[in-house]
Amino acid sequence: MSSRQRTFAQSTAGDRNWPVLMDAAVFCGVVAIFYALSFVTRYWFTAPVAEAVIERSPRYLPLYAFYSLVRMGVAYVLSLIFALSYGYIAAYHKRAESFLIAVLDILQSIPVLSFLPGVMLATVAIFPHRQLGLELGSILLIFTGQVWNIAFSFYSSLKAIPRELREATEIYGFSPWQRFFQLELPFSAIGLVWNSMVSIAQGWFALMLCEMFVLNNRDFRLPGIGSYLKTAADHADKPAMFWGLTALIAVIVMLDQLVWRPLISWSDKFKFEQVEQSTPPRSPLLSMLRNSTMVHAFQRRVVAPIGERLIQHFANRGVVSEEPAQQGWLRRALPIVLFAAAGCVSLYATGKAVILLTSVTHAELVLTLRAAGATFTRVTLSLLLALAWCVPAGVAIGFQPKFARYAQPLAQIAASVPATALFPMILLAIIEMGGGINTASIVLMLLGTQWYILFNVIAGALAIPSDLRDVSSIFRFDRRERWMTVILPGIFPYLVTGLITASGGAWNASIVAEYFRMNDHTYTTLGLGAQISLANDSGNGRLLLLSTVVMAALVVTVNRLLWKPLFRLAEGRYRLDS
Amino acid sequence: MPEAIIQAEKIEKFYGEPVAGAPPTISVDSLAIEPGKIVALLGPSGCGKSTLLRIMTGLTQPTSGRVLWHGKPMQECAPNVGIVFQSFALFPWLTVYENVEAPLKAHGVSSFERRKRSLKILDTVGLDGFEQAYPKELSGGMKQRVGFARALVVEPEVLFMDEPFSALDVLTAENLRGELLELWGKKAIPTRAIFLVTHNIEEAVLLADRIIVLGKNPGGIRTDFDLVLPRPRDRKSPEFTNYVDYIYKVLTSPSQKATPQLPSEALLHPATPARTYEILAHARPGGIAGLLELIDESPNGREDMYRLADDLSFELDDLLPIVDAARQLGFLKVEEGDAQITPEGHDFAAAEILRRKELFRQAALTNVTLLRQITRTLEAKRDHSAPEELFTDLLDEHFTPEESSRQMETAIIWGRYAELFEYDADRQRLYLHTAEPVTEAPAQ
Repeated sequence: MSSRQRTFAQSTAGDRNWPVLMDAAVFCGVVAIFYALSFVTRYWFTAPVAEAVIERSPRYLPLYAFYSLVRMGVAYVLSLIFALSYGYIAAYHKRAESFLIAVLDILQSIPVLSFLPGVMLATVAIFPHRQLGLELGSILLIFTGQVWNIAFSFYSSLKAIPRELREATEIYGFSPWQRFFQLELPFSAIGLVWNSMVSIAQGWFALMLCEMFVLNNRDFRLPGIGSYLKTAADHADKPAMFWGLTALIAVIVMLDQLVWRPLISWSDKFKFEQVEQSTPPRSPLLSMLRNSTMVHAFQRRVVAPIGERLIQHFANRGVVSEEPAQQGWLRRALPIVLFAAAGCVSLYATGKAVILLTSVTHAELVLTLRAAGATFTRVTLSLLLALAWCVPAGVAIGFQPKFARYAQPLAQIAASVPATALFPMILLAIIEMGGGINTASIVLMLLGTQWYILFNVIAGALAIPSDLRDVSSIFRFDRRERWMTVILPGIFPYLVTGLITASGGAWNASIVAEYFRMNDHTYTTLGLGAQISLANDSGNGRLLLLSTVVMAALVVTVNRLLWKPLFRLAEGRYRLDS
Repeated sequence: MPEAIIQAEKIEKFYGEPVAGAPPTISVDSLAIEPGKIVALLGPSGCGKSTLLRIMTGLTQPTSGRVLWHGKPMQECAPNVGIVFQSFALFPWLTVYENVEAPLKAHGVSSFERRKRSLKILDTVGLDGFEQAYPKELSGGMKQRVGFARALVVEPEVLFMDEPFSALDVLTAENLRGELLELWGKKAIPTRAIFLVTHNIEEAVLLADRIIVLGKNPGGIRTDFDLVLPRPRDRKSPEFTNYVDYIYKVLTSPSQKATPQLPSEALLHPATPARTYEILAHARPGGIAGLLELIDESPNGREDMYRLADDLSFELDDLLPIVDAARQLGFLKVEEGDAQITPEGHDFAAAEILRRKELFRQAALTNVTLLRQITRTLEAKRDHSAPEELFTDLLDEHFTPEESSRQMETAIIWGRYAELFEYDADRQRLYLHTAEPVTEAPAQ
């Protein structure tokens, strides 16, 4: 055997072994998922335990992490289904469009905790004798924190589909089914992936709230990593806090490697570009899946035939079907009936809410407005603090590409840790230093939101054309001139985007930041977030509603009066690519 | 005369709400697509030729009138047509093969049959071996081949093409045109008629058996004639250049009355009352000045348009707006496809910067209704200012929203150059130009 032949034989052996190993890995994965599913269903259908005992030993952390992951996953799947349907309806029903988008705007500004009583009462009422009722409540809470931005993303993707692509699907008679899978979903894929990452991050942020809470003076505690962290904080148990945090970071890093990276790499093919990019993102896991014969076989034997069946089923065979008049009538009447029903329900609910609100006392109103002022001040302060350090740091990083290569991944890891999980430690530290929850709450808001600003500033600084920077050095601009004429206008659009996201995040953080129980002591300060938490604890529906309405109104107003005009300005005057 | 495949009758298309008394944007009395012919639809940009194509395919509904497919209203049947788009409109996430297969999937063709037909058509257009490639891996010409394959795979009776070669470089476009003619000539494709929209006159004369020229204000058929030219056609032959010259004359003659005569019979569209607003040609003062200088240097201040376009290697769409603008300002006359500079035009071409602005101002106030109206309005206002909206609203009654904002954009460019008024983009307001220098330094 010549040496060339031998190497050839070796290489084919390697070729043969590699997919076998891959198949073994994929097979193990499938078995594990199957086992997990049966485990979860068994747990869900046991009798409900509202107040699970949370062990503080790190041995339990893998199990807790698993429970939290399942909740997160189910909530995310629900979010995706809801967001896709909502975005689709909003984009295609002209009459409903502006209404649906306005509703989305308001829903987005309502903090997770305000949904708590309604959601919990409903799900426990539906499954009173199963753990599922409690679990579903917690899942829906996570859902309310995840769903809105995905819906927005899908809606705006649908609106941005180029006209000629739409015409192509129309002229060749694509069924809505085919259009969805070959045009609409692929076109929105990248936006959906990025927004899903944001949503999951929001889910981690709200996890502690959603797994352990007090409602009407009754304790609810579900086994999970969030409740573990909270229990650890309750007992001021520093080792447990540390272990919980470590487990959480491990889960987040694992998700990043096993889910997001492959997804981003995969979604790269949906980039709407006509020219190939030089360095597409890569993921080892994705290439592993692509090389697995088992996945291929599954694709060929199961996915492809089912897809084929569906395509054939929905295909229009060149004939315009003569729709029976009745069906046409039904089709026209159905949306009207649905809308009327939805209208009636919301009218009834609004009426009830108004009646509830009329019983608000003068003192409560004054208190709520003062609380709103306090939280508003905190949000503003934390944004200003974030600006003060992120703008110089971001510009410095962005102008030094070498530095950016090291700094950016580090910052990304730091940013992936949900600020709420760090909060107990920060609070402890600040109390030991003689501060109070007032300081701690601003620090928490800062921790939760500074990253949005930092990353956007870095991106903005990277996007400033070097020509403009050259001009400023040729004309020997002094520092002030450089900042005023080149840097600030250059990063402005990015800065606005970062600030909008950050301000939303800061309002959300106020719920956790202003009211915290630790070591059998409740730390609280004047603020809307504290009011909402307190109202939940004590079952004061009136106060909860009032605070929520005030908060939503405040957030929507600030959006309309400040962020939207700024965003338009950024899109118009300060765009660099025109 | 063979039976028409698609027949449009008395179609009118308004943009937005039809306003009483305003003429439609497109108005076509009768237009038939008959088997065996390549029809080219030519016209200046903004005359609605792409919209007319979409009306003929059934993608867009006319405001009034009807379109028949084999004698039946378009909405009641699923017309078997294909479209090739200027932007290719391929799905970037599907492979070449999947892109071509997609229309067959929509029609419920079985997977075996789909495979056979897709591979056959890919072979026909010369894409053998590229089945598994993604569009972004291909050059522009290859992408458009995929576009052709996708349009042809459904074996359409009529193949519609919306500026199919405009996004390609000159050589690639020429190559593809040749191959299309070859396929058509050999009947290698099952298509019975081709309907091509283009702004390239030579392309139309090279490809078409029949040419329709669409005009602006109102968008109606200016001329519609059959070409009597043997194939293969030679771009240098006198017959070829005669046709090109003739179409230039039709396109540059300002009104229907002056439509020149073709040796063969030319169908003339009855004249319609002119609009209150003459549509502003979207050209910049710098471009107008450049063109005038060029013409002023030629003997007698006269230049053949066709040669001019050729010298500048301009497409029709690039040159026509500038010529139109110069004509509207009274700097240029267009006669028999020749551009003749006027005394005012000569003065302008010879003047220096500040004098030019003055001449431009005079010309604009005398000849351009919109600029005159804006200036008068601003003069009448106590604060000598008005929101841009005021004028766009007026224009909206005559143009599509996009066109009115383009009209306004051009008016602002001209008005700024002529120092008639100023425009604050942030506040979207117009201000009467003040003689004294502005105290505040303009924003960077």
